Amino acid sequence: MIDIEKEAARIAERGESAPRLARDPVNLPMINNWLEAIGDQHPGYTEVAPPAMVQVWTMGGLHGQRSADDPLGAMMAILDEAGYTSVVATNSDQTYHRYLKIGEHLSVTSTLEDVTGPKRTGLGEGWFVTTRSTWYVGDEPVAEMRFRVLKFRPAGQPASAPEAPAAQPEAPKTHVIRPSVNRDTEYFWEGCRQGELRIQRCGGCGLLRHPPGPMCPECGATKPKYLVSDGRGVVYSYVVHHHPQVPGKQTPFVIALVELDEGVRMLGELDGEPSIGQRVEVVFTKVDDELTMPSWRTCADR
Amino acid sequence: MNAAIVGIGATDFSKNSGRSELQLAAEAVRAALDDAGLTPSDVDGLVSFTMDTNAEIAVARELGIPELTFFSRVHYGGGAACATVQQAAMAVETGAAKVVVCYRAFNERSGHRFGQVQTAAAANIDNSWSYPMGLGTPAAMVAMFARRYMHEYGATSEDFGRVAVLDRKHAATNPHAWFHNRPITLEDHQNSRWIAEPLHLLDCCQETDGGVALVVTSRERARDLPNKPAHVKAATQGSSVDQFTMTSYYRDDLTGLPEMGVVARGLWERSGIGPSDVDVAVLYDHFTPFVLVQLEELGFCGKGEAKDFVASGALELDGALPLNPHGGQLGEAYLHGMNGIAEGVRQVRGTAVNQVGDVEHVLVTAGTGVPTSGLVLAR
Ligand SMILES: [Zn+2]
Repeated sequence: MIDIEKEAARIAERGESAPRLARDPVNLPMINNWLEAIGDQHPGYTEVAPPAMVQVWTMGGLHGQRSADDPLGAMMAILDEAGYTSVVATNSDQTYHRYLKIGEHLSVTSTLEDVTGPKRTGLGEGWFVTTRSTWYVGDEPVAEMRFRVLKFRPAGQPASAPEAPAAQPEAPKTHVIRPSVNRDTEYFWEGCRQGELRIQRCGGCGLLRHPPGPMCPECGATKPKYLVSDGRGVVYSYVVHHHPQVPGKQTPFVIALVELDEGVRMLGELDGEPSIGQRVEVVFTKVDDELTMPSWRTCADR
Repeated sequence: MNAAIVGIGATDFSKNSGRSELQLAAEAVRAALDDAGLTPSDVDGLVSFTMDTNAEIAVARELGIPELTFFSRVHYGGGAACATVQQAAMAVETGAAKVVVCYRAFNERSGHRFGQVQTAAAANIDNSWSYPMGLGTPAAMVAMFARRYMHEYGATSEDFGRVAVLDRKHAATNPHAWFHNRPITLEDHQNSRWIAEPLHLLDCCQETDGGVALVVTSRERARDLPNKPAHVKAATQGSSVDQFTMTSYYRDDLTGLPEMGVVARGLWERSGIGPSDVDVAVLYDHFTPFVLVQLEELGFCGKGEAKDFVASGALELDGALPLNPHGGQLGEAYLHGMNGIAEGVRQVRGTAVNQVGDVEHVLVTAGTGVPTSGLVLAR
């Protein structure tokens, strides 16, 4: 059983997280976009930013991730694990010490202020988590925010489900870890987009190789080609991943090292009950126009 | 080699140091120099890990080290540990430097935590075959090996757990250890939560803020210094066929650590001793399964026999091969293997808190699953 108050004290004790620098300095194009989106016609924001924009400057972006020492992220993970898997924001109080000038570069820190519960609410039993963020220009605090969320167990869910797959508002499915692609590997990712699992085959000696590389370790040729795999193989080894959270995945999930029938091994997420020797086949999942991920699903013996 | 470790220094080991990594490095180096009876102006060489954030010149500035004639970094995370001493020893032997300090300092708990998924790491082409598939933590990467090892040799989670229990038992009597006075049972190990099956939480080492430094100089110079020197009898690095960092999954089999086999061959060849001559083993223990595999690669037992070797009690302080008397990284602190080298030096000096009788030879290994390194320290 997780001692939530003890875990909260442990996180609170860490104090302020390391300052996280804003992606861009305070700038006019973003101010104009924001004013337009909000519908604010005030003409005064040409050299200073609207104070209520403060949170905008340090947002993580579309593929943003919480920093490792972010106390809210840490507390959410603990509550997820304790079965309080849903989240709703309840309060956000901001205090502005002064206007922010164009060109100023903000950083933000965060501390865990308070965790209270368990409370019965209309949504279900839950814990209120309060964090305090401070924005700085250099060493000067310029704004603060007290932010409160309710992490709750949706009504009707059992009281103790520590290993149940947790909903993860921080990591929606689209925020995946993207591969880095270069000249040596682009044939593989292009194949995935076309629904083909490609294995590098040496243009000189025919050696099959995965992961691929530009020069054949057997014959030295630098003209790699590929063959299209049947996409079937057996589980050589596997891991059931529980902690920590992984962007784009819902824990627990299985990653399998599969030995393809062609002889090479390849990693991928596995949908199905894992065991060594289990037969699997490839599945392709389109993430967006650029990225399609291969993974495995169990299938019957041949 | 014509080199000896003559000074060891460390900061406190904590979960939140409250100071910068540079301060930790500077404190550790200063402590090591004090221990060696040397001053910053004696130092002309510095070695660290590629992963260390503290530049040699920054450390030199803080310490007031005036001139450096040798500075070097070693790659591959914890695999660098013993190789820093190898670099220092080679520098001393060749005359590139006279007194070299090896250091490693980080806020690995309160700052950048290695146990989290480092999405930026996927920018590395090698990592693009693992991270995007969801395999993005060291624990999960080791778990993939561990599952196959269990399948091939019939090892169980309890077999891994015995290593954790032993390390924690040794840490319990080490006042410098984070887990001082906090031993665990095999039942605690089995009941700890899953991190990446088949690894439980207690198969994984802790996360630590702190710093460790080691002073290396020639055997001749060592004779004039206050502490009994720990001679570097052999030092080597090791990388093997089709080597990756943590994900060497594409070799013929997945039950060994052939890069540690390379280290073993190098150490036994160069030191002239063999496994039976080792009085204390300080084996890298970021995750328990690789301690078993190391015992096999280093020749302390046959392939697949480590589970029985561990269960036999051979690794106890009064056993045939006392393991990690300081508590290892599971028990004392996770300082990327450098605290293990310091323990090796104390065992040779005869000043360890859990001293193992009369020690002539200590074996120390560095990070596993990565290109690695090893040392034989001797009286
Ligand atoms: Zn070839």
